[in-house]
Amino acid sequence: MAGRFWRQLFSGERRWAALGILAVLALWEAGHRAYGDFVLPSPLATLAVLGRLTLDGDLGPAILTTTRDALSGFLVATLIGSLLGGLAGRSTPLRAMLQPVATMLIGVPAIAWVVLSLLWFGGSGLAATFSVAVAVGPVVFAAAMQGTRTVDGSLRVMARSFRVPFHVLLADVYLPHVLSYLLPALGAALAMSWKVAVMAELLSGAGGIGDGLAAARAEVDTARTMAWVVVVVALLLIVERLIIEPVRRYFDTWRRGLPGEAP
Amino acid sequence: MSGEALVATGLSHGFAGVPVLDGIDLTVPRGGVLAILGPSGAGKTTLLAILGSLLVPDAGHVERPFERPAFVFQDPLLLPWRTARGNVAFALTGRRLSRAERLSRSRSMLVKVGLGQDEAGRYPHQLSGGMRKRVALARALAVEPDLLLLDEAFSALDVGLAREMQRLVRLDAQERGVTVVLVTHDLSEAVRLADQLVVLSGRPAHVACRVAIGRPSRLRDDAFVEAEIRRLAASEAIRDAFRPTLSG
Repeated sequence: MAGRFWRQLFSGERRWAALGILAVLALWEAGHRAYGDFVLPSPLATLAVLGRLTLDGDLGPAILTTTRDALSGFLVATLIGSLLGGLAGRSTPLRAMLQPVATMLIGVPAIAWVVLSLLWFGGSGLAATFSVAVAVGPVVFAAAMQGTRTVDGSLRVMARSFRVPFHVLLADVYLPHVLSYLLPALGAALAMSWKVAVMAELLSGAGGIGDGLAAARAEVDTARTMAWVVVVVALLLIVERLIIEPVRRYFDTWRRGLPGEAP
Repeated sequence: MSGEALVATGLSHGFAGVPVLDGIDLTVPRGGVLAILGPSGAGKTTLLAILGSLLVPDAGHVERPFERPAFVFQDPLLLPWRTARGNVAFALTGRRLSRAERLSRSRSMLVKVGLGQDEAGRYPHQLSGGMRKRVALARALAVEPDLLLLDEAFSALDVGLAREMQRLVRLDAQERGVTVVLVTHDLSEAVRLADQLVVLSGRPAHVACRVAIGRPSRLRDDAFVEAEIRRLAASEAIRDAFRPTLSG
């Protein structure tokens, strides 16, 4: 039973993924041996600190705060970005107006947004949400616009010829095509949200993983810094595997055909 | 009288300043079948789009006393993210039908065009070109149109299958009194199905000649179709319009 579980866990591609992670861990351990505890604490020592963070009750609230910051900003960015992007894809004047704005916003470094939002919103959680939304929004906007713009015109004509109602046109002609552009962008945007949220927390000191990182840095505690980094990476991986991948796979079905169907 | 027919008067249209159609007049009585013939690039598809109100002509007027027009386009234009069944059901979304009704109608229409349960569940990229074409035909017939516009609807099908689909359209049209306008390259298809032929030629295109076929379409056998094609091919106007096709 247990043997089968392990065999399944480490079969096929997963085996190679595990090998990649093992290689990173080996390099990390080698770095530790070469440079010592202060520069690079060993993976095991980091794990021990992570355990202590959990036991002290620091980890849970930090994860919750960061998740809240990242997801709230991501949600705002997704709603506004895809709505404006969708409209801009259909309206040439709106596109001409919004596209340079989006390019400008993308050009502003995320850290600059963090600094500005701290000046505007102070140390409240709003600063992180705003930074994330404004840094990620233009990415979503660009993808939604491109998706809406490239909807097959002849399919639109076909839908019109059958006098299909507007909501069906949106759901059946526009949405699937736009999603094929939007979903990969949303995956990247979600990962970016996490990073910007941590960055904002680091400077705002209003809790979250970033706050923990700032404290570890202030105390020159490399092991704790590494522990927080591991937490961020683990969160990202979990979100990617649990949310982004399944959604992407679901919407890819029509490209490859349903599983088990004849090609 | 005119309330009972598709009537186009003085249709002219151009793209980017280049005139394509010039003063086209057509009348198709309700339940009639009109075939539009002509060399490629003559503006047949443009004319069909105007007749189906997908395009507003630069000049002229179309009287269109129909409630449920349906198109079969030159390309099948299926939604790639819907199965064959879903694609047929898509055309029915404007109707007051339950989802189950839509799907069951789609299934039975697909069976009529020779696509079974297995094919009905496939996505367009899993179907052959001819199958896709038949899905598009099923989609058009499923809405029980009173005006059916066919743009090279049978062109990607092999001869036997094309004949069968033509028969299906003819029976359906006769049974329900559907008005049909079909665009084709294929003289035999036109002779088999239509009561009147209109040949477009020139640039911009005008009506080069009109031919009426008297015998009811159900009584046209192969010998009649062949004789009729020979008769038509002898006509100067049609020979001109079809020079590349007939010279072979």
